[in-house]
Amino acid sequence: MSRPAAVAAALLVLASVPLWVGNSYYVNIASQILIYAVFALALNVLVGYAGLVSLGHAGLFGIGSYALAWLLADGWGHLPAALAALLLILGASAVFAVLSLRATGIGFLMITLALGQILWGLAYRWISLTGGDNGINVNSRPAPFGVALDGATPFYYFTLILFLAAVGSMAVFVASPFGASLKGTRDQPRRMTALGYNVWLIRFLAFLFSGFWSGVAGLLFCYYNEFVSPNVLALGSSAEVLLMVISGGTGTLLGPIAGAALVVIMKNVASAYIERWNLVLGAIFVAIVIFMPEGLVPGSVRLWRWLWTGMRRAPARGGAR
Amino acid sequence: MSALAIKGLGKAFGGLRVTAGVDLTVAEGERRLIIGPNGAGKTTLFNLITGELRPDSGAIALFGRDITALPSRLRPHLGLARTYQIITLFPRESLLQNVTLSLLGRSPLRWNPFRRLDRQTALLAAARAALGRVGLEALAERPLAQTSYGERRRVEIAMALAQQPRLLLLDEPFAGLSVDERKEVHALLRSIPRDVTVVMIEHDMDVALELAERITLMHFGEVVVEGTRAEVVAHPRTREIYLGG
Repeated sequence: MSRPAAVAAALLVLASVPLWVGNSYYVNIASQILIYAVFALALNVLVGYAGLVSLGHAGLFGIGSYALAWLLADGWGHLPAALAALLLILGASAVFAVLSLRATGIGFLMITLALGQILWGLAYRWISLTGGDNGINVNSRPAPFGVALDGATPFYYFTLILFLAAVGSMAVFVASPFGASLKGTRDQPRRMTALGYNVWLIRFLAFLFSGFWSGVAGLLFCYYNEFVSPNVLALGSSAEVLLMVISGGTGTLLGPIAGAALVVIMKNVASAYIERWNLVLGAIFVAIVIFMPEGLVPGSVRLWRWLWTGMRRAPARGGAR
Repeated sequence: MSALAIKGLGKAFGGLRVTAGVDLTVAEGERRLIIGPNGAGKTTLFNLITGELRPDSGAIALFGRDITALPSRLRPHLGLARTYQIITLFPRESLLQNVTLSLLGRSPLRWNPFRRLDRQTALLAAARAALGRVGLEALAERPLAQTSYGERRRVEIAMALAQQPRLLLLDEPFAGLSVDERKEVHALLRSIPRDVTVVMIEHDMDVALELAERITLMHFGEVVVEGTRAEVVAHPRTREIYLGG
């Protein structure tokens, strides 16, 4: 199948989800997959293309959720609240980036982890602002161009549009000269400096791009649940999205999407049948690490090629006998 | 005006003085060879010139401009390019992509997140031409990980030349090459036009001596002897230190 045909088929499947899954419960799960896919794609900009593993991205995601919920509770309209929340996310991403880009590797991971934990602590303890454990309720969803997003299906399409915008912007970014510069700083930062690149600034801009889409995912998640609690900022959320990226395949566009689908489906669907679904998810991660260390998507491609050449060779071998 | 003027350059790692009061002046268009035993401070000198290391004392001027405090990343834009003794390339990318990254480094296009890199025909043609110059055009699409050591050495040189430098620093360009590859690289270095000044570190005296006009001998971070080829080779200190006399 050619690439445009594959893209068209994927679009058709995504656009028709509410028609064939039937039940609004499953439409909501599809929305959740798309929201987490946007989040995982955003983190993948840093993990896959910049080689910077962040364990604090739930902080940026959570800032988006909290800012939106707080502003809506304060009586702001949906559009100004969302725009203000996005600006705040860009500001927070810049602060995160300035503090954490002093290091790479484990140092970067530890700084982002610490920053994420500080935000979680604030959300949990600064009760006058965040409501602490009780969180903040959101009373309504927006109605862009007069289309109310209250039902599961309209909200799914709203999420799908933003998801496609995220995928599109990532695809353009990765194929651009700036994307090539970023990958260069991942593989040979020292050489990149000697070639005249500003490695720090390239990483900083990539961090902003990643933070922006993490924030968009956070806004969607806030509207999806119509509620925010400190859970969205917890270390577990940062680790979960990182696992989505790694299990799906870092540095690929499809990997984080597949990873998001895997984790969300296990969490929501498998948990209905198996009480210890966490154990199953863990076993799946272990299997991925052992059999497809490069991630689900690149691993499946490799397996498919191997089977394909195996099948083509088999008849030839039979004929020789 | 000299291409490179270094005065009283000093650098110490703890108690180890790796560069001790080095003075070095290279004229425009000159071919300079720097020799010296292992640990003489030759590569450290290169790292100080490119800014990867900060000197403790002294000054470096590039074409009359003081660059001692200039950030490393800005120096290529003044016409400074180098190759590495330990190959420092992008292993996941093709040869073409390696050289393209080198060209992008001096182009404002490197900041562009919207256009497609594979549609930048002028840039890609220039990258192919740079590979052609080192005889690797046929391997342009091959991933770097699937090339030989000698080919990678030539990619290093292609990347440096692609930036159209005015001062080119070559750190052991012949290291680890076969006899045939040496001849090819030798011819390649000879073909570099005279508007490029070349400073080269090399152990292989046979190939390197022929390329150089002036030679600087370093030992324990200091310049011991400097002069023409004949002067340095005949100097008693050279025989004592380097030729094991």
